[in-house]
Amino acid sequence: MKRRTLLASGAGAALAASLGLPLRAQDGPLKVGFIYVGPVGDGGWTFQHDQARQAVEAHFGDAVETIYQESVPEGADAERAITQMVLQGCKLIFTTSFGYMDATVNVAAQFPDVKFEHATGYKTAPNLATYDARFYEGRAVIGTIAGRMTKSNKIGYIGSFPIPEVIQGINSSFIHARKVNPDVEMVVAWAYTWFDPAKEADAAKAMIEQGVDVVMQHTDSTAPQAAAAEAGNVFTFGQASDMAAFKPTPRISSIIDNWAPYYIKRVQAVLDGTWESSRFWGGIGDGEVLIGDITEAVPAEVKAEAEALRDAIGSGAYHPFTGPLSKQDGSVWLAEGEVATDEVLSGMNFYVEGIVGDIPS
Amino acid sequence: MDLSAINPILLVASLMVAATPILLAAIGELVVERAGVLNLGVEGMMITGAIVGFIVATATGSPWIGFLGAAAGGAALSLLFAVLTQFLLSNQVATGLALTLVGLGLSSLLGQNYVGIRAPSVPSIHIPVISDIPVIGPILFQHDPMVYVGLGICLGVWAFLKYSRAGLVLRAVGENHDAAHALGYKVIRVRVLAILFGGACAGLGGAYLSLVRVPQWTEGVTAGAGWIALAIVVFASWRPGRLVIGAYLFGGVTVLQLNLQLVNVPIPVEILSMAPYLVTILTLVLLSAGRGGAMGAPGSLGKHFHASS
Repeated sequence: MKRRTLLASGAGAALAASLGLPLRAQDGPLKVGFIYVGPVGDGGWTFQHDQARQAVEAHFGDAVETIYQESVPEGADAERAITQMVLQGCKLIFTTSFGYMDATVNVAAQFPDVKFEHATGYKTAPNLATYDARFYEGRAVIGTIAGRMTKSNKIGYIGSFPIPEVIQGINSSFIHARKVNPDVEMVVAWAYTWFDPAKEADAAKAMIEQGVDVVMQHTDSTAPQAAAAEAGNVFTFGQASDMAAFKPTPRISSIIDNWAPYYIKRVQAVLDGTWESSRFWGGIGDGEVLIGDITEAVPAEVKAEAEALRDAIGSGAYHPFTGPLSKQDGSVWLAEGEVATDEVLSGMNFYVEGIVGDIPS
Repeated sequence: MDLSAINPILLVASLMVAATPILLAAIGELVVERAGVLNLGVEGMMITGAIVGFIVATATGSPWIGFLGAAAGGAALSLLFAVLTQFLLSNQVATGLALTLVGLGLSSLLGQNYVGIRAPSVPSIHIPVISDIPVIGPILFQHDPMVYVGLGICLGVWAFLKYSRAGLVLRAVGENHDAAHALGYKVIRVRVLAILFGGACAGLGGAYLSLVRVPQWTEGVTAGAGWIALAIVVFASWRPGRLVIGAYLFGGVTVLQLNLQLVNVPIPVEILSMAPYLVTILTLVLLSAGRGGAMGAPGSLGKHFHASS
């Protein structure tokens, strides 16, 4: 905030107070905290959470005050950061990465009056809700495009950590790539980080050197896009954020996380006193997962096919994990027409048939 | 598992690229430490160099001016460290850590309008004849010039420390600043110059990340490379030759482990991810243990100097 606007808003508040306007007399605005795993300028995951935070501020105006802390390491230190937010007076705290799960559970147990929301986890408590997005729905769409666009029939996938959320994405994109292109192979590299541009660039380069010509990523920086741009003739997809700077190639489409509707809904619930612990898992149909612009590098019929799939998933007519599907070892997972349950998906720890390699334990 | 998918020539070539940022930052820090100063702010100076280099390169359209800007930016930040530790005698460890925090914050502030912008590209040198030699050509002679600049700086530092009078003075200052002072050498001046050199090198290393290796600006682009550079200086027992080995080994195993993952080598991924750190530490420890009388830390490393003491 520039000093001038600070002064202006201060003057405005003083004026409002002197005129006796209702300035939420009891205890000031609701303070909402956000814990981010990367910097807000990562151009991906954290960037989208921060966009949603700004949407909350814009929507509620003076009724809500938000604070955030960026680049909080997953693990023990997160507990300190979350506790710090409670002590600063936050009544609702969003912890926006899987690795904050246990830290959030521990802090939530200590402060029953504060509401917590943990992204992509599976542990809840009376004052701890979870929320997640069905990224695998978006992966099905871009997997279809990847299967059509690859010439070498080799698709690379940069994984972050071997957790269900990421494995769902790998399986979903592979199933749908192979559906349109039976010769497709997928190679997976685990970066063991959500955000390390140099490492992500290395992984993308290693893939490209091994003949991969479509790179998907489940890490948060735009470095793989830049590596693909340099190599030429390699296609990528924006992850979490649109990554529009790399249009029309290498970025030919994207999966965008749109957290704003959920954040606004939950903040409203706290303001109304109707907040309850829940597990929310929104997808394309809820507007929480968006498919970014499919560029002109993609042939029109492929684009139409992808959009039809997107719409079918959005309307609920099609589930990306519909049988017949087998696990990697060949055993039957889903029978003809059977649909995967959310319980199985949220604990997914196996590859589907056709993917080579082991998931690190 | 199909190892034939890995192209050894491309692997070695990308190893050299992966190692260069660490190499640049580490060689600068080596000179600083040989002068008896422990600057833990490498990460901060690197990332400052990364964003300053990126800003200058996008503004001028020339990556080379960008690299110059990065060196200036890293040196400017290190000047802060020099003033605080050499003239105001603040604690070097604390000041170095603070410098890292300052650098990280400053870079994200400066970089706010540069997220998602493409940098001007750095062309690789393609020298006729020698670039086309099979195997050796693609490995050694088809890189961007900064790879050679990094190696050249290492070679220069080695020769400077070993053969030049000024290098001897610098080492004397680092080993025993009281004796050097008694002989009439300007301890503070030597150290400030060394710190500036270290800052400039770290800045170059950072700019190599944001202009060549990644190449774009994202916050936190260095992601800990500065700390690895610091560790490599120690494990290389403050010798430029070993430092090159350490940096290349680290870069090499980093690239190799990704390649091995992609061909599904039956080694747990966790171990592969650890490998760059393990292999580098092991090798450098063995190197310094193997030869008798391996050199330890400079005698005055991290100590204050004031002419009155």
